[in-house]
Amino acid sequence: MSNDTNNIIDCLIIGAGPAGLGASLYAGRSGLNIRIIEKLSPGGQAIVTDWIDNYLGFKDGISGFELIENMKAHALRFAPSVENGEVIAIRKEEGIFSVELSDRTFIATRTIIIATGARPRKLNVPGEEELTGKGVSYCATCDGPFFRDQTIAVVGGGDSACQEALFLTNFAKKIYLIHRRDELRAVKTLQDKVLNNEKIEMIWNATVEEIKGDAEVTGCILKDTKTGELRELKVGGVFIFIGIIPNTEFIRRLIKTDDLGFIITDDWMETSLEGLFAAGDCRAKNLRQVITAVSDGAIAAYGAKHRLI
Amino acid sequence: MAGDRVIHVTDSDFDEQVLQSDAPVLVDFWAAWCGPCRAIAPVIDELANDYDGKVKIAKMNVDENPVTPGKFGIRAIPTLILFKGGQVVEQITGAVGKAMIEAAIAKAL
Repeated sequence: MSNDTNNIIDCLIIGAGPAGLGASLYAGRSGLNIRIIEKLSPGGQAIVTDWIDNYLGFKDGISGFELIENMKAHALRFAPSVENGEVIAIRKEEGIFSVELSDRTFIATRTIIIATGARPRKLNVPGEEELTGKGVSYCATCDGPFFRDQTIAVVGGGDSACQEALFLTNFAKKIYLIHRRDELRAVKTLQDKVLNNEKIEMIWNATVEEIKGDAEVTGCILKDTKTGELRELKVGGVFIFIGIIPNTEFIRRLIKTDDLGFIITDDWMETSLEGLFAAGDCRAKNLRQVITAVSDGAIAAYGAKHRLI
Repeated sequence: MAGDRVIHVTDSDFDEQVLQSDAPVLVDFWAAWCGPCRAIAPVIDELANDYDGKVKIAKMNVDENPVTPGKFGIRAIPTLILFKGGQVVEQITGAVGKAMIEAAIAKAL
């Protein structure tokens, strides 16, 4: 299948989180001539997840880091090693994609699988940017140990907010979980754990309007969504888990996305541009989990193989 | 090969290795339990090779060395701080791409 003319490869996989590694395993095993490009190092968002309890086959759960190490080792039995690089532009001419990297080199490929994932959404309130790393955090496993015996706030009401709030009870003496609605969106088991944890106190129907502090976070201004009333909550840290933004800026002009920038695909994981596939959290879909990311990757690799026949 | 140019600094030799260094020094504050720290580790190794002789690339384990991170108000890792002439010239929090770190280094050269 591979053809060395002008060094055109069969498939370029962009991103080496669970989706990209899943695609690498399937594309590699099916004999495609592939390359894998990753901006940081393999792992994606899974690597910052303390504990993953719902990836089938690991019946006692597994740390995000260890799961990624296993996935990487597994994929690399069949795929080439992951290259460090950042894609800045993609063009398609006469059926061949030309992919430009940030170091101004180009890769020519017949198909592409975009598995660039997503990043944490920000509150976009005053103080957030200035105090990031000084008490404002988007990663409990990274920063939790700096908040030992302190009172902190967690913002959000989904699975991530609840999971990370529970993890932070290992360090903090008290956690306010701030949610803009009057019920949690998280799955029942997580809700029960959060609502029954004596270190966690819910603040319902509230939004964060500002984060206060100079050298470090000292508190945040909350707004009651029912009454509009403002009040200051004294906390030493604010952990934010309010959803994600897809890493698709470099490709949005070329293919169809939804209003939030998530890539729209068909059942083959193919985008609006033939030969260009998407997998994992960067894709418009209903359930973003490690298990669905890996599955997307497998299907995208199968789709790419099909296009090359 | 990879990583052998990265120096490991501690609370006790931080002054000598970093603050009194003639060359600019990039310090990566990290810990073993931090996923994103592991994610940027290969990039830090690469930078140490790329900037060999021009910029010192150092790592400090925040678990083993609590004093220095406290002095610089570090509440998140990975944090990268670029020192020049004993002063902080750039600070980056969280795992970022190589290009962004290089842009920060360029300001100190």
